[in-house]
Amino acid sequence: MHDMSAQAVQHHAPPTSFIGKHVFSLDHKVIGKQYYALALVAVVIGMVLSWLMRIHLAWPSAKIPLLHYLSANGAAGNVMTPEYYLQLMTMHGTIMVFFVLTTAPFAAFGNYFLPIQVGAEDMPFPHFNMMSFWVTFVSFLVMIASFFVGDGPTLGGWTQYAPLSAIGPASGPGQGMGVVLWASSIAIFCVGQLLGSLNFITTTLDMRTRGMSLWRLPLTAWAWFITSVMGLTAFAVLMPACILLILDHVAGTSFFVASNLVISDQVQPHSGGSTLLWQHLFWFFGHPEVYIAIVPGMGIVSHVLITNMRRPLLSHRVMVYSMGALAVLSYMVYGHHMFVSGMNPFSSLAFSFPTLIITIPSTIVVLIWLGSLYGSKLRINSASLFSLGFISMFISGGVSGFFLAQPSIDIMLHATYFVVGHFHLVMAVAAIFGIFAGTYFWFPKMTGRMMNETLGKIHFWLSFVGAYCIFMPFHYLGLAGNVRRYQAFVDDYLQPLLPVHKFITVAALVTGAAQLVFLYNLVYSRFRGERAADNPWQATSLEWSTPTTPPPFDNFGGQHPVVYHDPYQFGIEASTGDYVMQNSPEEIHTVRDEE
Amino acid sequence: MGRIFAVTILVIAIGSAIPILRHTWWMPQDISTHGAPIDEQMSETMAEAGICFLASQILLAAFIWKFSNPKPDSKIKTFPGGASGLVIAAFLLVGTEVLALGAFGAKAWAKIYFTPAAANALPVQAQAGQFAFYFRYPGPDGKFGPIHPDMVSEANQNFYGIDINNDQDAKDDIVTAEMAIPVNREVNLLMHSKDVGHSFFVPELRVQQDFVPGLDVAIHFTATKIGRYEIVCTQLCGLGHYNMKAYLSVMSQQDYDDWLKKEAALQ
Amino acid sequence: MATTVHDPPKSGTDQKHPALTTTGNGNRGGVLPGGGNLREVKRYSPPPASTGIWVGIAAIAMTFAAFTSALIVRKGSSNDWQPFTLPIILYLNSALLLASSVTLEVGRRRVAAFMAGVKTHRARPARWLYVTLTLGVFFVAGQYAAWKQLRAQGVFLATNPSSSFFYLLTAVHALHVLGGLAGLLLVIGRLRSCVLRRSTLDIASRYWHFMDVLWFYLLLLLWMTL
Repeated sequence: MHDMSAQAVQHHAPPTSFIGKHVFSLDHKVIGKQYYALALVAVVIGMVLSWLMRIHLAWPSAKIPLLHYLSANGAAGNVMTPEYYLQLMTMHGTIMVFFVLTTAPFAAFGNYFLPIQVGAEDMPFPHFNMMSFWVTFVSFLVMIASFFVGDGPTLGGWTQYAPLSAIGPASGPGQGMGVVLWASSIAIFCVGQLLGSLNFITTTLDMRTRGMSLWRLPLTAWAWFITSVMGLTAFAVLMPACILLILDHVAGTSFFVASNLVISDQVQPHSGGSTLLWQHLFWFFGHPEVYIAIVPGMGIVSHVLITNMRRPLLSHRVMVYSMGALAVLSYMVYGHHMFVSGMNPFSSLAFSFPTLIITIPSTIVVLIWLGSLYGSKLRINSASLFSLGFISMFISGGVSGFFLAQPSIDIMLHATYFVVGHFHLVMAVAAIFGIFAGTYFWFPKMTGRMMNETLGKIHFWLSFVGAYCIFMPFHYLGLAGNVRRYQAFVDDYLQPLLPVHKFITVAALVTGAAQLVFLYNLVYSRFRGERAADNPWQATSLEWSTPTTPPPFDNFGGQHPVVYHDPYQFGIEASTGDYVMQNSPEEIHTVRDEE
Repeated sequence: MGRIFAVTILVIAIGSAIPILRHTWWMPQDISTHGAPIDEQMSETMAEAGICFLASQILLAAFIWKFSNPKPDSKIKTFPGGASGLVIAAFLLVGTEVLALGAFGAKAWAKIYFTPAAANALPVQAQAGQFAFYFRYPGPDGKFGPIHPDMVSEANQNFYGIDINNDQDAKDDIVTAEMAIPVNREVNLLMHSKDVGHSFFVPELRVQQDFVPGLDVAIHFTATKIGRYEIVCTQLCGLGHYNMKAYLSVMSQQDYDDWLKKEAALQ
Repeated sequence: MATTVHDPPKSGTDQKHPALTTTGNGNRGGVLPGGGNLREVKRYSPPPASTGIWVGIAAIAMTFAAFTSALIVRKGSSNDWQPFTLPIILYLNSALLLASSVTLEVGRRRVAAFMAGVKTHRARPARWLYVTLTLGVFFVAGQYAAWKQLRAQGVFLATNPSSSFFYLLTAVHALHVLGGLAGLLLVIGRLRSCVLRRSTLDIASRYWHFMDVLWFYLLLLLWMTL
């Protein structure tokens, strides 16, 4: 029998050089910050791409200043060509989904805080962890490189459906090198994610300190753990799919390209491939991926709200079970992206039932939050506002799922703006709000300074109202039949909808500008923010008990914390107030037991 | 600020619901025989989703209003029924609701996809290719000539790659850029793709179906109202995707026969 | 600091404190720590490397599951699948790989005993690891020979979907085997420098055995479908 201190952890000495401290660091906290920085750069690029898209949609012949520097072909005279719109759209989706939504809530905050929340010094495989960041970084560079090669990035959408993606340059600009770079980037990204998941899973299972049973883990730790299991299985399927796609491009194979396809009067050299195979492989990854994007946010929102409500959730276990149920069900629903794809219509029905059933754990999660708000002592600050905003957005985005889960209704809504509205509300807004909530909440611990509350609230109001102004109308457009992925609206029946698009574009530009408030706040507070106490929110979990703020290199200053309490002992009478920290030996009289 | 937030949520929720209730932007009128269950399903779902949406946003707003910025000495209260009540409610209410939607929706879907085309349905071929739709009618012999991919030529306007010199069945085929069908007559649409993925969407007809390269897909429907409707491509197919469309003309049987004769003469 | 500092609990009260009770055996090697009792607080954690290698094995298994389903779908989607006879050398390679697992397991036990200080008259335990390494290298070389043989017959990667999957699956497997060889080299190197941890030895072995199991699965799949 031996306890934690004798564990075969790679105790690594603190680095001394600049490179060792800030560049090639083994420290999970530095790696977490590196992921955050990567996500920040990616989200700015992704957002600028969305502005370009929205401006073009509202004013297709608009001259956008400086655009021709990005692409001489794609924007000669600063006017965006139809293909360039699609290329920018593809990059927007890809960068946002992979480099923002998979990176920030999970890799950034998770790397920083999971080891601390379980009471460990670091993750068990720090070298793999460092590799996971740099591999992700290389993946990002490869993706960005596609802007600058030949005829630009691929135009096939982040979903890269075959055979458009697999045939090669004949099918359109960007479909040669652009696709190969895209697929290579994503394959590399998968490797980074697998290395990350490896660390998250082993940290949660094996690195918990004394007293930290699984039920004493904070909800963020559970969310990251569940997400990392999903990541392991989902990305392990995307990588083979990308390899097969690359082979179809460079090796003359025909995994995805059928026979007798004719482009520009030339019969294409491939034969026998299966169009639907790509969709099955992609969506088997794709659906768990969107839960990978949202589950950490659910954990963060729970964590932040509990502290700001001064009470634990109505049921801690139900929240954990629900997140787990979402993860498990997420593998059974992927065919709802393929209802009208030409797959067997019976399969469509088969997929629609788990899709409808997944609304149950989603509802439970929302109801638990609402039920916990009841009778709470809710504090309003930037972090809690974004958490509450998450709930509102998740309700809105989730409700449109009722429609999309049914094949008969999907006939009318598939590939329309209704779908775009649905996933933007849950991903682009709710998941991003989760990242914001985490940032405002944990910034003091990561930097030792508070973010400016006034600026935070301004950021929140503009983002909340702005996001609704942008994305609620998408649903109306979709009901009216507005098809997605169009660079301009030339069809007769779409003409009456053009004013709606202009409204959305204006809302998008204003909301985008509001994000500058956040960026300014981040940078300003980092250097000039008010100094933070070790536990400014009077929270209970282990990250708030580190001996210094920011935490020292080995998180707990050579001591291994001992955990005595469940994670959210609030609303009790203790010497510290209405809460007791997990590592406090103080015995409390009204122990709030999770049922 | 909590109260302002609560009011904002309320305003946004109710504001969002208004265009839905008023059908400000809505599906166009249904001109199909199979569309009624779809529209009913849509309305049912809208009602149930709408109730869930409004109820939960209102609750969120109400609780934020009531419980934000509390007095320092207020006590924490537990929601009546605790978590178990809510979980049971979720399972029972949401569970029955989604199962009901699923069951009725399955019927609507089955009506479209699990019933075979009528024996006397009018066969029409649809080919999707970057970036246009072409349609083919079998002509008086009722047969479609084989497609020769190596003979497909945009330059010679031989969109289907048919060999009128050597294939008997191809001689009377009629290829058109516009799709016309007689009203109240079932049509069996035989879909194939010339190159990449495309899709056939006619909102009024309540039909959307992907073209799958390498697969022949067939769907059938009956139009009930004379008029001209747009067919738009909804599967991203390249730079011309936004512009890829055709017109569907639903005509009286007489007008359709005249049209077909005219098109035959133009071959 | 916001928290009040208390005296740490006296060691005598440790056993009675609810936080620190341990129940049961700790479920050594089980999937869920604490024997599935999530409330239990263990005083023993398995070495993280042990969990880690299972995680890695799970990921690799999922990858090959994806390739398998791609193969099945591709085979069924068109009638251009042309089976071909698997080169005979493949079966020899399989025997080599199987033998290497046997030698590895023998070696692992002997090295473990050696590390635990069990006195033995047996020959240097590292010998068996070297044999495993050699067999592994011969396996990879044999795979390469199989590819060369096929190429001589005019069967290349893009010749037919059946050959595409053959090359793909065997190549990806061989790549992972190379990783396993690197792991074995690491183990041998650390053993010679007397810094080998038991967990490293165990996980390298587990990975290698998995490569073996995976190969036989692939062989069966290829034999059935090609």
